[in-house]
Amino acid sequence: MVSAALDLAPEAGTGSVAAGATLQIQGISHGFVLQNEILPVLHDITLRADPGEFVALLGASGCGKSTLLRLCAGLDRPRRGRLQMDGVEITRPHPSRVIMFQDPTLFPWRTVWDNAALGLEARGELRHGRSRVDEVLSLVGLGNFGRAYPHQLSGGMAQRASLARALVNDPRLLLLDEPLGKLDSLTRLTMQGELTRLWQQRGFTVLMVTHDVEEALLMAQRVIVFSERPACIRADLQVGLPFPRRRDDPELLRLRHEALGLLGLEAIW
Amino acid sequence: MSAIASVSPAATEGLAAFDDDVPRPARLLGAAGLAWLGVAAVVLVWPDAQEVARTDLLGTLAAVLGGVLLLSWALGWIVPAVARLGHRAPWLCVLAVALAAWETVTAKLDLLPLPFFASPQAFLEVYTDDYPRLLDCLYHSVVLLAKGYLLGAAVGFASGVALGWSTRIGYWVHPVLRLIGPLPATAWIPLAFFVFPSSASASVFLIALATWFPTTVLTWSGVASVQTAYYDVARTLGAGPRFLVLKVAIPAALPHVFVGLFMGLGSSFAVLVVAEMLGVKSGLGWYLQWSQGWAAYANMYADLFIMALMCSTLITLLFRLRDRMLAWQKGLVQW
Ligand SMILES: Nc1ncnc2c1ncn2[C@@H]1O[C@H](COP(=O)(O)OP(=O)(O)O)[C@@H](O)[C@H]1O
Ligand SMILES: [Mg+2]
Repeated sequence: MVSAALDLAPEAGTGSVAAGATLQIQGISHGFVLQNEILPVLHDITLRADPGEFVALLGASGCGKSTLLRLCAGLDRPRRGRLQMDGVEITRPHPSRVIMFQDPTLFPWRTVWDNAALGLEARGELRHGRSRVDEVLSLVGLGNFGRAYPHQLSGGMAQRASLARALVNDPRLLLLDEPLGKLDSLTRLTMQGELTRLWQQRGFTVLMVTHDVEEALLMAQRVIVFSERPACIRADLQVGLPFPRRRDDPELLRLRHEALGLLGLEAIW
Repeated sequence: MSAIASVSPAATEGLAAFDDDVPRPARLLGAAGLAWLGVAAVVLVWPDAQEVARTDLLGTLAAVLGGVLLLSWALGWIVPAVARLGHRAPWLCVLAVALAAWETVTAKLDLLPLPFFASPQAFLEVYTDDYPRLLDCLYHSVVLLAKGYLLGAAVGFASGVALGWSTRIGYWVHPVLRLIGPLPATAWIPLAFFVFPSSASASVFLIALATWFPTTVLTWSGVASVQTAYYDVARTLGAGPRFLVLKVAIPAALPHVFVGLFMGLGSSFAVLVVAEMLGVKSGLGWYLQWSQGWAAYANMYADLFIMALMCSTLITLLFRLRDRMLAWQKGLVQW
């Protein structure tokens, strides 16, 4: 379905294909005030993602992965440390770095098409971008569902619509917060492949949060393993395998073992 | 595609049978027609014990209705759409029996004390003889209600959005809302009729006030309960504050807003009737008061019936509007 739309050529003025951004996270610490006490969530995180790189963040539930992603998106400001995209400080949200949440968070009062067009409409660019919305919807396989409302979609379709809403803006940094976490296992396998191919075609930088070790190793070039809360970086695993990857590749199995060990789950393996 | 193709032929036949079920003329529709012809016979043949006019008209109307029903029953064999009238047939039968009973105990046997229990003929006579005044009253009530309701709904919507959106506005409006809002609008009647230049403008104010409170509170709670995730999504895609209010907060709050508008409409009816009874010299509420003064109970019942139709129609219109605007929701209550 993705290959059918391989020729999604950049239009004049809507960005270019090889457009990944550099993300620099320098000494970030963050926490939340809970009952007059500070709950430390992130501790001194330093991380760099090069243009076009696919980085996965792996960690136990509640360790602070989503928090880090929100900081990267500019939705919240860190208590300490600096965040930069292409050398520019991240102080607020910007459509060049789009976050996709675990829930599709589609607007139920808008059709799929209008949901996908949200960014263009918000910035007043819809008049010139209509064909772009159509293109992206067929790219994610929802070409015929533009007029459906979110409650008429399956979980996988809703997540695709959410992906389309992000891609319409030609993001240079895509922040994925467990994007496949709630999907059934078959849909999940399909979408893992589709996301990887999309990333290869479009060349944006990806930071993807997941708690699924295999998913991280199948999709990412680097896997960052976090400790328990407050999260700090425990390991930075390079996954040098070519795409498409095989689940039973011995190198992948070895990395899986290593990652599970770092998460304190050796005994299970 | 393949899933549809693999549906077994038996299942498809079952669906076809289901389709066939509906358009068959209901036998009860024929029965209803006969019942109404029976009513006509009772009215026309049995001599009146009370002194009433319009007996002929009542009988003729019943006969015409009976004829029409019999005709649609017969037509139902040819035109399936007409056969769908069948589901009204039980109601039509019961109404025929009720009317016959009412006619018997009033006009025909004179069993019930007269000024309170009017006969069907007397009821009909109000419409044939006093319709100009009734139409005039209906017109005035609708205009007054529309002015007050639209004003109250508009102000209520605006203040609700402002309360839900801006903490600074909320700081000033919230205490006022808490103190003034729960007070029934009718409590302002003595003051309003004294302060406002005319009783009409006072009534508009009172109706608007009654509409304003529920509309504000529910719009406010609707805006306040919008998921923050919606704002996060819109903000990352480059939305400014204007877009966040108009395209995120308001559409998300609309289901609540309509509950507020519905409740406001209910309280505006109450205030309308009371205001017309106390100050305004026209309208259905005034007619109610006026006919009671003349012990013209038939006029009162006729007026109440029109009032019920008016209120019900307005509620229906509001629900239609809601269904149109909230078409994206599933499982809406059908009014
Ligand atoms: N807005 C918030 N206010 C208070 N605590 C929060 C907030 N957001 C997250 N937390 C806390 O921070 C910790 C990390 O949350 P999160 O980043 O969502 O974890 P995860 O790694 O599962 O995505 C959790 O213990 C959570 O309770
Ligand atoms: Mg999370």
